[in-house]
Amino acid sequence: MPKERRVDMSNEQAIMKIEKVQFAYGERPILDDLSLTIRRGEIIAIMGASGGGKTTLLGLIGGRLTPRSGQVIVENQNVPTLSKSSLYKLRRRIGMLFQFGALFTDLSVFDNVAFPYREQTDLSEEMIRALVLMKLEAVGLRGAAHLMPSELSGGMARRVALARAITLDPSIMLYDEPFTGLDPISVGIIGRLIKRLNAALGMTSVIVTHDLNETLRIADRVVVLSGGKVHCDLAPDQIRASSDPFIRQFADGLPDGPVPLHYPAQDYIKDLLTL
Amino acid sequence: MNVNPLSLFTALGHALTSRLERLGLAARFALSVLRVLGVVFLRFGLIIRELYFSGVRSLSIVIVSGLFVGMVLAVQGYEVLQRYGSTEALGVIVALSLVRELGPVVTALLFAGRASSAVTAEIGLMRATDQLAAMDMMAVDPLARVIAPRFMAAVFSVPLLAALFSAAGVGGAWIIGVKLIGIDDGAFWSQMQASVDVRIDIVNGILKSVVFGIAVGLISVFEGYFAAPTAEGVSTATTRTVVTSSLTVLLLDLVLTVMMFRGLN
Repeated sequence: MPKERRVDMSNEQAIMKIEKVQFAYGERPILDDLSLTIRRGEIIAIMGASGGGKTTLLGLIGGRLTPRSGQVIVENQNVPTLSKSSLYKLRRRIGMLFQFGALFTDLSVFDNVAFPYREQTDLSEEMIRALVLMKLEAVGLRGAAHLMPSELSGGMARRVALARAITLDPSIMLYDEPFTGLDPISVGIIGRLIKRLNAALGMTSVIVTHDLNETLRIADRVVVLSGGKVHCDLAPDQIRASSDPFIRQFADGLPDGPVPLHYPAQDYIKDLLTL
Repeated sequence: MNVNPLSLFTALGHALTSRLERLGLAARFALSVLRVLGVVFLRFGLIIRELYFSGVRSLSIVIVSGLFVGMVLAVQGYEVLQRYGSTEALGVIVALSLVRELGPVVTALLFAGRASSAVTAEIGLMRATDQLAAMDMMAVDPLARVIAPRFMAAVFSVPLLAALFSAAGVGGAWIIGVKLIGIDDGAFWSQMQASVDVRIDIVNGILKSVVFGIAVGLISVFEGYFAAPTAEGVSTATTRTVVTSSLTVLLLDLVLTVMMFRGLN
């Protein structure tokens, strides 16, 4: 384990605690005794190689996946043990932005953002209209309320999905690859929105991402996963200055290193000569 | 080529257990859908919307098909009946064929091809694009919000469409038999009225349609809900909906026909 690993988390402030979690897809282990504490109000970025268990971690926090062992404590509740109704109660306090937005394609932008209000509250349509326009204004898309998802660019769809995710003013926001497939301007917009909304709504944000530059700009803490465990847990400045080979490979985009370029295979020459 | 009997046996066992596993999954899924039906009836608007997409939009194909099937039945029936000099019975033959068999069966097959496949593709794509997951994360149960309304729409649509299919078929037979061939109009209708029994023929036909609607509806939502989240997965699920629905309808038809009409005469 790298010596830079920082363990200075105050348990009183913890909003999420993942303790000795093991998770596997069939026989393929993904998380191996992973432990992590996330403090209230912070923006934490989860990084690591593809298939390293980052999105799985979000699935565990949101209760969409169940660990083989260990605890996933969110807002003082052990998520894997919750009944469906308790889980749904908890999820009303969690917002999630999916990788490509996951907007309902048969609903307009307005109806997508209004969806949680209509499903979860008894608010009047007038009140819902006002709230939806406020949320859309917060992401700069009030003028696009009448459009259908198919008429939006990737960046706009992600912002609408963000507006929908914050409708019920969640205390926790989970972001699954929020910058993937976006142009630099959209990446900047989404990054600023994440930072601004986290502060304005008093949320705690967990961002799973590969975009190191934007992440280091907005995150309070960066957790790098490797081999199903926390490889290091550092502040953005420490990541920039780190000489750890895994972090350097990741930061510099090197094709080979601790994360090998080649998938395990038998000897190349032997493979070529085998009939 | 040598075939290892053990590997053949293993493959056979695997195929059997995987099918049984899927059947068990379908049964558990059906129970989950049944559990949320009460919630869906409280929000009937969701079912109305799906009735429009599945039922109303299938009207044209069902009515046109019914008309043609009735016309073909009239032509074929007339050829046979005239050998025995009882062409007036054409109305009866056509009506009984349609109400007892062709109405429910052909409508369910058409519904599987036209509406159920679309439902599977829609749900499969919703899964592939994380829409169902997003809904679930918003604490909205996709089973109650997406699956159950589409299932109920099939249960309501198939019997109503089957009735319209049979009505269109009788109309088609009337055009061929009375207007083109020249069978007596009064005999055509009166014999039909005298011989078609409400309980034995019409109620049993409706019962068949309801059972077909349940089967076809359940298969379409099940295949969509468990479709692999890829283009190939959605395409496979859609094909499987049509094939499984068609075979299930024909098998159920045999079972129901034996139960309903065996030993009546």
